[in-house]
Amino acid sequence: MREITFSAAIREAMVEEMRRDPAVFLMGEDVGTFGGVWGVSAGMLEEFGEERVRDTPISEIAIIGAGLGAAMSGMRPIVEIMFGDFLMCAGDQITNQVAKARFMSGGKADVPLTIRVTSGAPGSAAAQHSQSPEAWFMNVPGLKFAVPASPADAKGLLKSAIRGEDPVLFFEHKMLYAVKGLVPEDIDFVVPFGQAAVLREGSDVTLIGIGIMVRKALAAADALAEEGISAEVIDPRTLVPLDHETLIRSAAKTGRVVIAHEAHRRAGPGAEIAAMLAEEAIEYLDGPIVRVAARNLPLPYSPGLEEFVLPSAQDIVQAARSLAG
Amino acid sequence: MEKELKAYPRELLVELFRRMVLVREFELRAIEERRAGLIPGFIHSCVGQEASAVGACLALEAGDVITSTHRGHGHLIGKGGDPRYMMAELAARSTGYCRGRGGSLHIADFDLGILGANGIVAGGIPIAAGAALAFSMRGEPRVALSFFGDGAVNEGAFHEAANLAGLWKLPVVFFCENNLYGEGTPQSKQAPVTDLAVRAEGYGFPGTVVDGQDVLAVYGAVREATGRARTGQGPTFVEAKTYRYRGHYEGDPQVYRLPGEMEAWQARDPIPAFRQRLLEAGILTEAALKEIEAGVQAELEEAVAFAKAAPVPEPQEALQGVYADTHGGLVF
Repeated sequence: MREITFSAAIREAMVEEMRRDPAVFLMGEDVGTFGGVWGVSAGMLEEFGEERVRDTPISEIAIIGAGLGAAMSGMRPIVEIMFGDFLMCAGDQITNQVAKARFMSGGKADVPLTIRVTSGAPGSAAAQHSQSPEAWFMNVPGLKFAVPASPADAKGLLKSAIRGEDPVLFFEHKMLYAVKGLVPEDIDFVVPFGQAAVLREGSDVTLIGIGIMVRKALAAADALAEEGISAEVIDPRTLVPLDHETLIRSAAKTGRVVIAHEAHRRAGPGAEIAAMLAEEAIEYLDGPIVRVAARNLPLPYSPGLEEFVLPSAQDIVQAARSLAG
Repeated sequence: MEKELKAYPRELLVELFRRMVLVREFELRAIEERRAGLIPGFIHSCVGQEASAVGACLALEAGDVITSTHRGHGHLIGKGGDPRYMMAELAARSTGYCRGRGGSLHIADFDLGILGANGIVAGGIPIAAGAALAFSMRGEPRVALSFFGDGAVNEGAFHEAANLAGLWKLPVVFFCENNLYGEGTPQSKQAPVTDLAVRAEGYGFPGTVVDGQDVLAVYGAVREATGRARTGQGPTFVEAKTYRYRGHYEGDPQVYRLPGEMEAWQARDPIPAFRQRLLEAGILTEAALKEIEAGVQAELEEAVAFAKAAPVPEPQEALQGVYADTHGGLVF
């Protein structure tokens, strides 16, 4: 274990998988010479060459569609969509082709396609470069969703995605790229999908964080501890599959649940988690399931406006306090 | 003309004829069985377009792949699809190509290089580019041919895939079956050009127009295209001018046809024309032609019987084949 950034952890996962398996390659806008607009693939072109670290035209349909065709033809592509906001440019390929290729073919198509996507608000990037679009696609059966919040999970989940036979939308929050954390060096270190992580144990309230909101939930838990409120912090790590058991166990223990994500509140990932808990754990709950999320407004440019729309650690504290206080 | 035919291997000529007859008769039989209640879903038949489908597919090698369309039965049979599994799929049975989960719009057979029919106009084109990318990266001399209609060249997916394939010189054949109508609207109201093959030029590869009712013309154009693809010269756009005799879908009232248009195209029907050429060239006798036609009918009888005898899927089978790994059912 050594401390590396979230960005380096993702690069390390790609590099290690490309070294061990010639079928793995990376393509996307500016991933080669530029090294990725967020610098994630810096240096990979030099090691692997233009065939396997492929700069593409600005063509999201072709990037994802060709990724699918290559995946069904024996390759294991990693494709990068520079901003999650651009996924809708390739909406048909994602929802009608990638997600359903296996099912429609009677289970015959393997689709080992990893779609890496940056998400979230990096600050004053405004309405078309700041969104967290997980739930846009969670309604489509056939896809899996990874939302890592730490460097170790980013590396381990990405390896699981690349090695798996199912298509994965892999969300990388832009404000996590520079975050450092301990990451195992074992090249077979993987984090399985469908296993939530309990990051902090507590007894009064469960804080379920998604992506960057995991960090804010941990900060909120510190603040709540000073007020004598014991918060448990859980990171689902993948939204599909979702680890029901760990979430239900925690809800049963604390009786109070706050779900925090940067996606919009209405029909966001938290709505699905809240519905699941309402269906499967209502008898344990002492109050409403509360969502802390972006307001149902486009992401604004001006910092004060943006802050008004986005959820904060303080919002989590207040939500937890209102439940447990 | 005799000399021209003699230049082709006899087996190829026979197979071009047999598969065209099989496509035509499969479609007519499927329509009949749909009316009789065996088939619950859509049928977009390709009656009239057999020469383009079969000519293109028989120009491919066994390792080549295709992506197909909503009007795909001809492509599937052309590429070697088994009418029994096709009919069983149309009949929504467990023994169908997709185990009753896909229907006509989604038939795929990866062993035969059929990467899937497609319910989305132009949906398969980027997929073909991706298959070609895989072949190219591995240094395999294989080609991906994407079938699409005249409507598809106005979709963004075509343009993005054509640009990518042209840029990377991928071994793709963009095969446009221009049947003059995108659903119920004539091409003249959908595109400002008559020959859609001109669009290839902007993406840096050649486009060629071919008589889609002449199976050997189609075969020749696709052979040339695959030759280019296999030698690293990149894609080719082949536009086959053709015509569908039936509606966009079975049940289409077809209010959009021009007077006399159908009759003019049917006078150039690809199957009797080719049959006559084979006969006149002495490639096949009348008796041999009749034997082939009877063989097709027998094959279809067997296909329908196979479909009827097949079990319908158990409802719980819908849970299978959505994911490779369901994580103990958590994905549902």
